[in-house]
Amino acid sequence: MHELSITESILKIALRHAEQAGAKRITRLNLVIGELSGVVGESVQFYWDMIAQDTIAAGSELHFEHVPASLRCLSCEHVFPMDGKSHTCPQCGESRVVAAGGDDFRLESIEVEDQ
Amino acid sequence: MTTQVPVVEQIMSANDQLAAVNRARLDKTGVFALNMMASPGAGKTSLITRTVEALKSELRIGAVDGDIATSIDADRVAALGVPAVQINTGGACHLDASMLQTAFSRLPLKELDLLIIENVGNLVCPATFKLGEHRSVLIASVPEGDDKPYKYPVMYRGVDALVLNKIDVLGAFDFDVEYFRQGVEPLNPGLAFFPLSCKTGEGLDAWLDWLRNEVKQYVPGNSG
Repeated sequence: MHELSITESILKIALRHAEQAGAKRITRLNLVIGELSGVVGESVQFYWDMIAQDTIAAGSELHFEHVPASLRCLSCEHVFPMDGKSHTCPQCGESRVVAAGGDDFRLESIEVEDQ
Repeated sequence: MTTQVPVVEQIMSANDQLAAVNRARLDKTGVFALNMMASPGAGKTSLITRTVEALKSELRIGAVDGDIATSIDADRVAALGVPAVQINTGGACHLDASMLQTAFSRLPLKELDLLIIENVGNLVCPATFKLGEHRSVLIASVPEGDDKPYKYPVMYRGVDALVLNKIDVLGAFDFDVEYFRQGVEPLNPGLAFFPLSCKTGEGLDAWLDWLRNEVKQYVPGNSG
């Protein structure tokens, strides 16, 4: 459900930057999606083709760079993926760990044509 | 010719901008807003009615209740004699900043100290939609199971306080409080934690003290 409004935000940001760059067409958008951002890339893609069709971003390609949710051990500094079951360091057994990545959801860059 | 244009902008900004507008409006009238989130049946409305009953003599409280349909929750809170507004999302799985904005016009904001916002029962979507609140709280409950922080990390990561409701039935469930807390700590180190029972009243005082203190320390435009 909420991917529609997120997709609209992506379009707005992309169009603003394309206009500033004097572009005639947007061909590709490079997005970074962290696993902890709560956003589903497939749903964004689904809405994208619908909402971009009457804009200079029509037919553009979405490219997602997925960043996995990871944890860092406060004892041995080992960084390991969150597996949905345990938050204990697999290397040393320490339970004091912190989240170390996967929050981001951003538009990194767009690729445009100027004619 | 194709050229690459760097953007590097966080998405969600449309809602975030509107949330900032909501926050400014709350700050202008000096209202502290609390966003309460939980899965369906965790006890959001029960905790709100308990909180309103305990604090309404010392704070001027208003409530916003988000639900897909019906006004059962707002009616329960309004029965306590405080202004309560129902937002029916019409199927949407979370409140967003624009929905809260429409509720503002139906509330006497100038006459409030504390606005309690009950989000739609859901452990996924409300996490990513800020409303303009000053603090957010997640209400977990014993029957849901102790593995929820591991399964819904996004929700546990973004909140300012965590309530564990229904501790009166701990004996009937295989709920390991230590395992539960170990799931939360990495996501949100040092998170304020309040195990309590809305039914028996056990543990409520610590929660009320926390909220009382947050409202007291609130300086409009200078929090969160």
